[in-house]
Amino acid sequence: MAKAPTRGGAPSALGVDAAVAKRLLTDMLLIRRFEEKAAEAYTLGKIGGFLHLYIGEEAVAVGATSMLRPDDYAISAYREHGHCLAKGSDPKRAMAELFGRRDGLSKGKGGSMHLFDKSTNFLGGHAIVGAHLPIAAGVGFAIKYQGGDQVIICSFGDGAVPEGEFHESMNLAALWKLPVIFLCENNRYAMGTSIERALAQTEIWKFGQSYGIPGERVDGMDVLAVRETVGRAVARTRQQKTPSLIEADTYRFRGHSMRDPAGAVYRTKEEVEREKQRDPIAQFRDKVLTAGLLSEADVRAIEKDVNDRIDEAVAFADASPEPPGEWLFTDIYKES
Amino acid sequence: MSVMTYREALNLALREEMRRDPRVFVIGEEVGLYEGAYKVTQGLLKEFGAQRVVDTPIAESGFTGVGIGAAMVGLRPVVEMMTFNFALLALDQIVNSAAKMHYMSGGQFNVPIVIRGPGGPAAQLAAQHSQSMETYFYHVPGLKVVRPTTPMDAKGLLKASIRDDNPVIFIESETLYSVKGEVPDDPEFLIPLGKAVVRREGTDITVIAYMGMMYRAMEAAEELEKEGISVELVDPRTLRPMDTETIINSVRKTHRVVIVEAGAGFAGMGSEISAFVTEQAFDDLDAPVERVTGANAPMPYARNLEKLKTPSKDKILAAIRRVCNMNGG
Repeated sequence: MAKAPTRGGAPSALGVDAAVAKRLLTDMLLIRRFEEKAAEAYTLGKIGGFLHLYIGEEAVAVGATSMLRPDDYAISAYREHGHCLAKGSDPKRAMAELFGRRDGLSKGKGGSMHLFDKSTNFLGGHAIVGAHLPIAAGVGFAIKYQGGDQVIICSFGDGAVPEGEFHESMNLAALWKLPVIFLCENNRYAMGTSIERALAQTEIWKFGQSYGIPGERVDGMDVLAVRETVGRAVARTRQQKTPSLIEADTYRFRGHSMRDPAGAVYRTKEEVEREKQRDPIAQFRDKVLTAGLLSEADVRAIEKDVNDRIDEAVAFADASPEPPGEWLFTDIYKES
Repeated sequence: MSVMTYREALNLALREEMRRDPRVFVIGEEVGLYEGAYKVTQGLLKEFGAQRVVDTPIAESGFTGVGIGAAMVGLRPVVEMMTFNFALLALDQIVNSAAKMHYMSGGQFNVPIVIRGPGGPAAQLAAQHSQSMETYFYHVPGLKVVRPTTPMDAKGLLKASIRDDNPVIFIESETLYSVKGEVPDDPEFLIPLGKAVVRREGTDITVIAYMGMMYRAMEAAEELEKEGISVELVDPRTLRPMDTETIINSVRKTHRVVIVEAGAGFAGMGSEISAFVTEQAFDDLDAPVERVTGANAPMPYARNLEKLKTPSKDKILAAIRRVCNMNGG
């Protein structure tokens, strides 16, 4: 296993130093807490529409994004709060967007499914399954056209794999050698349809072979494994301008959305309980404690800090005014 | 001024804009090596190279999405649809991604893309290759929709579309590519989007038409001149945003309106024009607005049936005479 890069301090047996361990744990907890508070706000009627929670999948976004430079790009589907926060967006403005308020990242016009943040190169939350894969290929095309050395990570669910756009994008990115990392978050259910009921080939990473690009599977509940696999892909993609396909094996602990709170119709209680034993945050916390990278007190301090920041985010969203009526008609076109 | 074909005017617009702005590139099926299915991109590969004249496989949704992604991060793609019928395969990308990106990102990401190619009735191409496609797009806030009737418009409007910071649907016509006309040589000649043009001044009736229907209406107008009916012809040029002002001003002058469109009439362009003319200038009308539209049927292949599908000069003549002889207002 290749050694992951470290930031100051000596790398531990886990391949990361205390500072990186702290950041990974903080980022995963931040997403978890953000989502829990969002669920709470939804039941209070402060968030409307569809709300898709990322709880259980945090290691994928956090591990993958931790291998990017700030000028690299990330794009995601509609379960994108985690990717947006991992890329560095302010939780206050993300929460305000969920609340539909004027200080939201997208001025309250996008909502939960359409978080965008130009300042972090987060290219959005896209809510038509599969549609952002060609867009990611286009960003890769532009990087190459402009002579840059950035990459883009394109996150999507297993539900996008049967879409034609998955295959069109993989073909174009491979054909034109575009710096795109296709990161499939396989949580095994597209809404209520299991991969066995949707895919003739359920080992999604194998589609890489069809397009002649590296395909790999990784334990998406292990943030360090995600870092290692994505890190290798990023290095290769940056250097050789070739795309990669990574399948992260993960699981969502909640239902598809808040309208399917338990996700109990199409999966058994036993299965959900079993998967919760793989909780990426609990696993990582145990590992860093065992390795002596962080102390119990460190972890408690991180938890308190995260709780405070999310409480602050909710208070900020609550206090932010609704967008003014005239904003209905702004931003339809860009005025030259 | 130079005299050139509509096709050459488009080609010149592309060349000039690609020379002017290195961010502009052309992408689509057969645009490079084959030089365009209708030869609009002829010679571009030779002048600009394969990085800027990009041949794609047959994957409309894929390469349109590539254009949108590239536009989000600073390029200015011109996506060619071999024919606009194929744009239906990319309709989700156009409607849900390109048109809405700027709005749903709260103004953070605009999509300066032109999606161009021929559309509308062609010659015996049957139901799937010969239909008016603008209706699928002009309903969508966030898109601009252009239909250039003359070689001059083709050049001036395409250049303005490429320089526009928003997604522009630019629908040409197979039947007009060989039409010749005068085109200004000035590389800064632009026709602003959202501006209609009065193609022929008249006093008795306003006829609104574009593309092939404008040429047919022009013939009708010249014939009616001999009967003493003076027809004013207005070409919207941009269907969204629509220059309602020029149309309303013409209606206030003539008090009578006929709208000609090639597509099926139900919920077509004529419905919209008729609605805003009635809303904004009802008291100025001396007769009800009349529409001459394509039949509400798919495009048939057989030559005789095809002829029946699209508005003929005789139908336009009859409508104008009818409206001019009415005194309902």
